[in-house]
Amino acid sequence: MNHPQSPETSKEVLAPGQRLPESERKEFSPEAVAEIQAIMAQYPDKLAATLPALYIAQREFGFVSLAAMKAVARAIGIPEGHVFGVATFYTMFQKKPVGKFHFSVCTNISCALRGAAQLLEKVCERTGVKPGQGPSPDGMWSVEEVECLAGCGVAPCVQVNQDVYDELVDEQKLVEVMEACKRGDYRPWAE
Amino acid sequence: MAAIRTKPDHHTYTFPGFGSEKFPNLMLRGAGDLDNWHLKNYEQRHEGYVAMKAALKMEPVAVTEEVKASGLRGRGGAGFPAGLKWSFMPKDTADRKLTRYLVCNGDEGEPGTFKDRVILEYNPHQLIEGMIIGGWAMQCAMGYVYIRGEFLWLIEKLEAAIQQARDAGYLGKNILGTGWDYDILVYRGAGAYICGEETALLNSLEGRRGEPRVKPPFPAAKGAFGQPTTVNNVETLAAVPPILRMGGAEYAKIGSPKNSGTRIFGVSGHVKRPGIYELPMGTPMNFLVEELCGGSSTGKKIKAIIPGGSSCPMLDEKDFDVPMDFDNLKARGSMGGSGGLIVMDESVCMVQVTLRLIKFYAHESCGQCTPCREGCNWLEMILHRIEHGEGRMEDLDLIASLTPRIGMRTLCPLGDAACGPVDSALQKFRHEFEHHITHKTCYVQGSHLLSTLGAH
Repeated sequence: MNHPQSPETSKEVLAPGQRLPESERKEFSPEAVAEIQAIMAQYPDKLAATLPALYIAQREFGFVSLAAMKAVARAIGIPEGHVFGVATFYTMFQKKPVGKFHFSVCTNISCALRGAAQLLEKVCERTGVKPGQGPSPDGMWSVEEVECLAGCGVAPCVQVNQDVYDELVDEQKLVEVMEACKRGDYRPWAE
Repeated sequence: MAAIRTKPDHHTYTFPGFGSEKFPNLMLRGAGDLDNWHLKNYEQRHEGYVAMKAALKMEPVAVTEEVKASGLRGRGGAGFPAGLKWSFMPKDTADRKLTRYLVCNGDEGEPGTFKDRVILEYNPHQLIEGMIIGGWAMQCAMGYVYIRGEFLWLIEKLEAAIQQARDAGYLGKNILGTGWDYDILVYRGAGAYICGEETALLNSLEGRRGEPRVKPPFPAAKGAFGQPTTVNNVETLAAVPPILRMGGAEYAKIGSPKNSGTRIFGVSGHVKRPGIYELPMGTPMNFLVEELCGGSSTGKKIKAIIPGGSSCPMLDEKDFDVPMDFDNLKARGSMGGSGGLIVMDESVCMVQVTLRLIKFYAHESCGQCTPCREGCNWLEMILHRIEHGEGRMEDLDLIASLTPRIGMRTLCPLGDAACGPVDSALQKFRHEFEHHITHKTCYVQGSHLLSTLGAH
């Protein structure tokens, strides 16, 4: 085969009955509960607060653990099963711990045409983590492959912490982005 | 309130002649002006809220008629006439048992599409204005803007713009003395392509899994929170203020027959100047790709173009002259889709492209309908083995027999969307698939897509 090889991807799948990783935190802060209640009041149905509450949980717990899902269910007063179903449906709710700076690399077609595969390789090389695997030993980095980020015209495109885009990323730019993370120019995860 | 973050933008959006009568800038007015999210700038520089004030003096039905007269077709993908969609809402506005909602679809996730973010970045008030006009026309009580979760900085910006509109009295109770109460809320999605489908979006807005609903009942009868709802794309709603400003009949003169107005095209892939271009509907594709985008960026010939986001069947060389509107693209066997062009040069292996696209659909299928959930995975497996040199000649017939069993057999168009690129690639580039099977390698040398790419 004449194809370059991509970094090995973690294919760990949870076995039936296996638990998701647990978070240290088990409860929302009182401020978060108040925030969720304010959101509930905005909609005709309190169920609509599920997604916003999961974002708040992700911020407080670091990632959406089972305890976080249970806390969301308690705060809104809805079944835990519903929250679990929603949390596992959407990819932006991280069910595993991530690094302080979480890189989402788009590898969909427009980015792939402009070198996303090579970029992904570089990201993995420089951060030392494989896509889909937990944070690096120092807790700084994690990497994820994502589908289209709507940055096709400025591909390839990387997102840091589901917040800021960086576009037209080549190796030089990647180094700059990582330096900026270390300097604290980017909002760290869960802040 | 956190400081509003603005991003320097690398998108191109202007070209010689842009803004002239031939190439009107209706939706990208103010593009490049990072301060345009301030209400006063929008009002002073771009005739902001003029259309809204005029609309609020009209009968709601007359506003809908104006939009109907403009011939505006939905810019989300299907191209359904927007005015007609509005008129499906229950007529009896005195019926207080019903609460009407207007929902704006900003879940831009179609690969190759990046137009809504430019509107949200540079022209959020035009969207707000369009939502107020639409809300008035249908006598809605509430407008929701559903935006994909990745656009956090744009959500913050839009919320700040909405607050300015509230402070100016354009939103809230008794708007400009009409006795009509209306407000807009922004809802953040969480990363699911399927939520771009209108009923999946409504489920997501209600805090559920983004699974499309059975239709009927259509959203106009039973939509968000069980109430009559209209769902429109960001671009469709942003097109409404210019229509009211210039009049529906005048707007209908722009573009090609039955495909009026301008459209925002996003070009990505192997061109010299990829980016965002607003052009009248019916502009020939090769004019956009060759003249405005500067042609191939690699020096190699352009082999295939996907004309409207990854769901549209791809076109080869003989169709590059197609006028880009809904009807002409349909006549050539493709679709207008969301207006995102993906340009691929000769160096690209079509088997790899098809595999990459089908991986996306297999990943994003919500899992509700069996043909789509299982079928996309089967297509991925078959294409994967062709790509890895383990394909068999009968696999090509297998693919051809599989796609008609997915398309039109699911609740939402995701199944059809997955089949579009596969069918068209197999039809137009069959020799590349055959070469892969017989020679166990790519037809083109050095294709640099990776067969292993894809979210997991």
